[in-house]
Amino acid sequence: MSAFLAVIARDLRLARRQGTDVAMTLAFFVVVVAMFPLGLGPTPELLARIAPAVLWVTSLLAAMLSFDRLFQQDSEDGGLDQLALSGLPLSLLALAKACAHWLTTGLPMLVLAPMLGISLNLAPQSYGVLVATLALGTPVVSLFGVVGAALVVGARRAGVLVALIVLPLLIPILIFAVSAIDAASAGLSVRVHLLFLGAILAAAIPLAPLAAGAALRQALD
Amino acid sequence: MHRFANPTRFFRLANTVLPVLAAVTAVLFASGLYYGLFDSPPDYQQGDTVRIMYVHVPAAWAAMACYATMALAGASFLIWKHILADLAARAAAPIGAGFTLIALVTGSLWGQPMWGTWWVWDARLTSVLILFFLYLGYIALVNAFDDPDRGGRAGAVLALVGAVNLPIIKFSVDWWNTLHQPASVLRMDGPSIAPEMLLPLLLMAGAYFALFGVMMILRIRSLYAGRRLRQLRLAAASE
Repeated sequence: MSAFLAVIARDLRLARRQGTDVAMTLAFFVVVVAMFPLGLGPTPELLARIAPAVLWVTSLLAAMLSFDRLFQQDSEDGGLDQLALSGLPLSLLALAKACAHWLTTGLPMLVLAPMLGISLNLAPQSYGVLVATLALGTPVVSLFGVVGAALVVGARRAGVLVALIVLPLLIPILIFAVSAIDAASAGLSVRVHLLFLGAILAAAIPLAPLAAGAALRQALD
Repeated sequence: MHRFANPTRFFRLANTVLPVLAAVTAVLFASGLYYGLFDSPPDYQQGDTVRIMYVHVPAAWAAMACYATMALAGASFLIWKHILADLAARAAAPIGAGFTLIALVTGSLWGQPMWGTWWVWDARLTSVLILFFLYLGYIALVNAFDDPDRGGRAGAVLALVGAVNLPIIKFSVDWWNTLHQPASVLRMDGPSIAPEMLLPLLLMAGAYFALFGVMMILRIRSLYAGRRLRQLRLAAASE
């Protein structure tokens, strides 16, 4: 347990000291969301209609940019071998990496998204659901991202490749999250969609670290 | 199974099977297309467009079987490290991507007259599209490493992760209310399709699976030759 927490603490410390890495991901999120009103013209009804999809798709794309810092640096400087030798099981190492990734990417997006929602004229009753879908969905993004990042350790063009691998797997998250927000905007029940998101998260927490651990084992020998 | 992990033994068997399988493929395609296009009744609602089914449905079955083959071959490569298992998984990927594309395109051509639209984002179509993306991701991943062995292992893990999509595709028409019709052949209480339509459908399914076998053998053979060539080049370069 202490090794698990130590890995999280180490990644958080690295994120704090190299603060621009995290800030760039979030800046990308904000800038891309801001492109939509500029490109579509500031029609409030249109923006309100597309706001859930824009926020979610952009948050996925921003997350894609952050996956290469999960293992790439560690593998280049030998840190990954040290972590593997530390005795911490590789699947737990992957889970720790996912936790740290979520704390530095998913959580800030959770805070930013409602503010960006205001700029997109999102319906007032949808904010709670927007935050709820992000709270349930972004941990899955981090977990799948760790699987993808572990698979591409040492690959050419790893950054593009990880997006190509992980985005199709995240389509269900996008579908349920956006339908939940749309349902809330239309005044319908959001329970089913949130339950689906919760179910995916509940399945991903044990399974994704196992897959990522297997992928890391292949990357190490 | 491990007997045929030996390439020499595998290729001896494969080379004997190949001509037979190729002949079977040709006969099944000829008879299946004849029955499907000329000697089967038109549907009472859909008319002659129902004949697209004989190309579309078996392609979708083959696409899923291909993914299952790829995932199983990947798993056995991770467990036993047989090179042929890796080659089989790599061989299956583009074939499966091809079958998936056929299923998507014919489905779209069928959807236009029947549903009035080329494409809908319902659960079945979306999950098959994800299957297509998974094939593309797999192909990109296995080829992204300088060491082919590393690529094969990473691909095997990805193939196993993506296998969660297979039951979703199969049951998507039961779990969600979709425009795509529910299963009518592989059902618990027997097929609900008319027998005179089932015959050409099964002939075409046999043809697709035989074609899958033929292409697998051809591709495994060429991938193996490529691997040998690489080894010889590396050996020559290091001398």
